[in-house]
Amino acid sequence: MNDTRITDMICPIPLSDYPEITMAHGGGGRLMNDLIDRVILKAFSNPILDSRHDGAVLEAGKGKLAFATDSHVITPLFFPGGDIGTLSVYGTVNDLAMCGADARWLSAGFIIEEGFSMETLWRVVVSMAEASMKTGVSIVTGDTKVVDKGKGDGIYINTAGIGIIPAGIEISPSRVREGDAVVLSGDIGRHGIAIMAIREGIRFESTIRSDLAPLNSITGDLLREGLDIHCMRDLTRGGLASGLNEIASMTDCSIRIQESLIPVHDEVLGACEILGFDPLYVANEGRFVVILPRENGERAVEILRGHDIGRQAEIIGFVEKPSYADVLMISSIGSERIIDMMSGEQLPRIC
Amino acid sequence: MKYVSEYRERESALKYAGLIGKMVTKDWSIMEVCGGQTHSIVKYGIDQLLPDSVTLIHGPGCPVCVTPIELIDQAAEIAGFENVIFCSFGDMLRVPGSCSDLLRVKASGGDVRMVYSPIDAIQIAAGNPDKEIVFFAVGFETTAPVTAAAVLQAEQLGLDNFSMLVSHVLVPPAIKTVLSGEDCAIQGFLAAGHVCSVMGYTEYEPIAEKYGVPIVVTGFEPLDILEGVHMCLKQLEQGRTEVENQYLRAVSREGNRPAIELMRSVFEITDRKWRGIGRIPDSGFMLREQFSKFDAGKKFKVSSHEVDEPAICISGEVLRGNKKPFECVAFGEECTPEHPLGAPMVSSEGACAAYYRYRLARKK
Repeated sequence: MNDTRITDMICPIPLSDYPEITMAHGGGGRLMNDLIDRVILKAFSNPILDSRHDGAVLEAGKGKLAFATDSHVITPLFFPGGDIGTLSVYGTVNDLAMCGADARWLSAGFIIEEGFSMETLWRVVVSMAEASMKTGVSIVTGDTKVVDKGKGDGIYINTAGIGIIPAGIEISPSRVREGDAVVLSGDIGRHGIAIMAIREGIRFESTIRSDLAPLNSITGDLLREGLDIHCMRDLTRGGLASGLNEIASMTDCSIRIQESLIPVHDEVLGACEILGFDPLYVANEGRFVVILPRENGERAVEILRGHDIGRQAEIIGFVEKPSYADVLMISSIGSERIIDMMSGEQLPRIC
Repeated sequence: MKYVSEYRERESALKYAGLIGKMVTKDWSIMEVCGGQTHSIVKYGIDQLLPDSVTLIHGPGCPVCVTPIELIDQAAEIAGFENVIFCSFGDMLRVPGSCSDLLRVKASGGDVRMVYSPIDAIQIAAGNPDKEIVFFAVGFETTAPVTAAAVLQAEQLGLDNFSMLVSHVLVPPAIKTVLSGEDCAIQGFLAAGHVCSVMGYTEYEPIAEKYGVPIVVTGFEPLDILEGVHMCLKQLEQGRTEVENQYLRAVSREGNRPAIELMRSVFEITDRKWRGIGRIPDSGFMLREQFSKFDAGKKFKVSSHEVDEPAICISGEVLRGNKKPFECVAFGEECTPEHPLGAPMVSSEGACAAYYRYRLARKK
């Protein structure tokens, strides 16, 4: 019997390292993963949480449920291709979709700053209603809090969701096997660059739109086809690189991808060149990877390409036997390099 | 993407690598001066295409890395002052000083803002007359003209709430320091294309002549670097020691005259300490006397102190090209990009950080 009480536990990140939370702790890279591993999992550890899936998979009677949550703190609230309302619904629906679940019920928690425009709140709420209709979920419970002016950034929205996992579906990083194909659902980096462009006032020849999209319809098609999907992950903060690293770190295998096969829109690439960013690390909100047996790879690509958001789907690489790093990439000129998890946030370079 | 993809093309890269392989008859060591080139080499695996007889040595050309700890400490101290808005390029924000960095100052309530140009900082100053705006002016000759332009603009606008912490450094004195070192093994240089797009390359001609080394002004894309390496090796094989220009699409021999004049009107040359290397004579810019009111070091009372670099760190050896990051016992252990001990682990363009990110064998 372990008699350590939670209150006796010492904060496992030494104070000398980071006595305070920095923005990099929320950046989707190694610092965030450290925070989750060493503080959150340390305090809450249990088998369901420790599986580190996009959502929790729960046994419920004879069936299985998926349960996920996501908080949204985006500036600006409205951006090309979406807004915080749509994002807050799709974010949780997508996390549930990655567990193979059919998303059904959502909760919505609002933290609103004093002085926030009622008209803007209405626009956000209408967006959420439309997004719920489009994805077939109902917002069935909620909470509203108002904080003093200056103590919030307009509005923060948390959603949590429950979905039903059809019988026979088991999707988890632990099922990834050597030889599996790695399928990417489309071009990467749009969301991060769209937000960055607005936030920093950087203008390009045409407006880059966020890739924000619901993924439940596309994953539903993949599952209905009966493909033996081993793992799926939506690529949000930290981008493709962090998503693949998170998966690989939970298996005994390495993942090897080809740079020349990864679709990146010219304008995203151009923006990345100017800012010194690597598109592999830029955020997405409507892209995901599917890992499944090699013989199912082509069929998965066909199904994805049947959807507007999957037109550029590609097999970008394969799962291989353990190598010297979790994720490796063959560069455009044919050499090999490590794709590491991002350290903190990507910061624009001097020159 | 047009004008980019062409320079990252596999077939042409292999052709250059083939030409190089056929040409070299002995062992050669070439230093690429600029961190941007180091980043490209390691990111694309350009060195993997070269024959074993050719060694690329990574030089001290990352301005973020070589900014001295003392100055980072000053920046962090000023950024923490009430009423100050501290503006910096993004990659300086997480560079550790002796006890803090700018991101942590921001986390503790300091108003630290990331800007893309010093002109952005001028606009912030104009819009916030009751605040003190301080810009962290870091970079080689590439970014110095814009800093100079910002000073003149501040003067023109009569802004008395704007100042800067100047840490501009110059490439030629660093090359001379590397070449003057005992047991210097470097036989040729790739000069930094972007620095030369401003400065031209006349100042490299006496260096090539005095030290007997070929210098090739080189760009940053994989094919630029392969062509630069090819031109440099060709000179070495033929026994020539000239300054040549690979980066024709951006660099002229005379450089950008108006930019050079602008810098000269605002800055004068001074000695500067380089993190990991030490003091190099005449290797940096400082504001001329007539612009000293924009000198944040003078405007704010900050503590000055010397900081010793960790003894275990061999960054000086790495920055001079005598050792590779792998040869350091702290590499990837005590020293990581999250907790860098020395300069080259600090910025993504530093040699150690590039090796850590793209090359370090971990876990499996």
